Amino acid sequence: MKLRDILETLSARVLVDHQGMDEEIPMGGAADLMSDVLAFGSEGMVLMTGLTNPQVVRTAEMAGINVVIFVRDKTPPPETLELAEDSGITLLITGYTMYEACGRLYKAGLPGLGLVKIENNTW
Amino acid sequence: MQVEGITKVQELIYSTKVETVMATDVVILDPDMPLEEAKTILKSKRISGAPVVEGGNIVGMLSMSDVLAALENGKLNEPVRETMTSQVKTVSKDSYLIEAVNQLGSRGFGRLPVVDERGKLVGIVTPGTMMRSLLHEMDASFQQKEAEKLQAYRASHIFDDIISDATSLVLRFMVDDRDFSNAGKASSTIKKSLQRLGVAPAIIRRVSVAVYEAEMNLVIHTDVGGEIIVDVRRDRLKISAVDHGPGIENVQKVLQPGYSTAPQWIRDMGFGAGMGLANIKRCSDIMTLMSEPGGGTRLEILFRFGQHELGGRAATGKRS
Repeated sequence: MKLRDILETLSARVLVDHQGMDEEIPMGGAADLMSDVLAFGSEGMVLMTGLTNPQVVRTAEMAGINVVIFVRDKTPPPETLELAEDSGITLLITGYTMYEACGRLYKAGLPGLGLVKIENNTW
Repeated sequence: MQVEGITKVQELIYSTKVETVMATDVVILDPDMPLEEAKTILKSKRISGAPVVEGGNIVGMLSMSDVLAALENGKLNEPVRETMTSQVKTVSKDSYLIEAVNQLGSRGFGRLPVVDERGKLVGIVTPGTMMRSLLHEMDASFQQKEAEKLQAYRASHIFDDIISDATSLVLRFMVDDRDFSNAGKASSTIKKSLQRLGVAPAIIRRVSVAVYEAEMNLVIHTDVGGEIIVDVRRDRLKISAVDHGPGIENVQKVLQPGYSTAPQWIRDMGFGAGMGLANIKRCSDIMTLMSEPGGGTRLEILFRFGQHELGGRAATGKRS
């Protein structure tokens, strides 16, 4: 699914643009727990989150995630926008809740990670 | 590279206005001057043609081939007006270069007068002026790219260029405690450095996640901050996160997934779920945690490059 379609499906707005709307997005994910993003984040996926602190952008950068979508119109602070400008992360914002944002994208054909297999069985 | 170059030229042709590339010191000819005089002007300015202007308006173009034809017919004493081409194509200063390129290309003209909105001559474009300005633009963006490439090349060949029995590159980063706004800065810099060094992307991703978790631990759990030391060798990378903070009471316990001593405000920021060390362990090849209460903590993480050894030799596989 192209970033353009995601924008349309979520009636989202672009806060910081680095990718260009023709960027192909392979899958989506959602979390408010950054540790989960680090553990299960997948290269190139879009991340939907209700958190807006700068660490969300850092986490995305470290996990190889290029696009972050803030749900339920939570506007991030300037530090978050600045960090995204510097680190090449695209930021979008949508009025939908996390549940509905995920639902709309999934229904529109954007897959998730599927059943998560934990290789190292300690957690 | 080839494709990139072409795209850049196209982008420039479609986005650059004629006004920015045109020459403004235009040599003009008077329609009433004798051809002989026009010939002398063209020759002394070393140009192959010029617009003929009367009262600020372009009334024609005179080219060297027009002059040659007149010479053959013995008409050099006649006024320019008689020999010039009076059907003149012009281009607006506000047009994009593509229009000028099309005009010059399709009609075989060597020069194209540029006019303002009132039709007055304000400049001239030739293949030469366009080429120069395109090259200049290309050069600027090319140099930037080349500089990046050069830096990456140098860095990725450090293990070939610097000879020793065991070369190792050490990067040190100071991490402040409770400094949430800068948390992750070291990890971000490490990631970029590893990219420059030519570490395989899959390994960089694992290192990034692990070192970021380690950095967050220093920020969250130490009261004095700490140090991250990255030791890169051709065949492996070792990261040490060292602090002289309070130490860990029960090392076995903190290794359990889900166990956390993080305060609520850290959890509110999306961290402190007790997954950090488990995640580091999952990403790395070997993880060692050493600590005792009051004695600080030392976390060591090792990544083996395996078949993705660093350096030009390993990368090209041409030499062995």
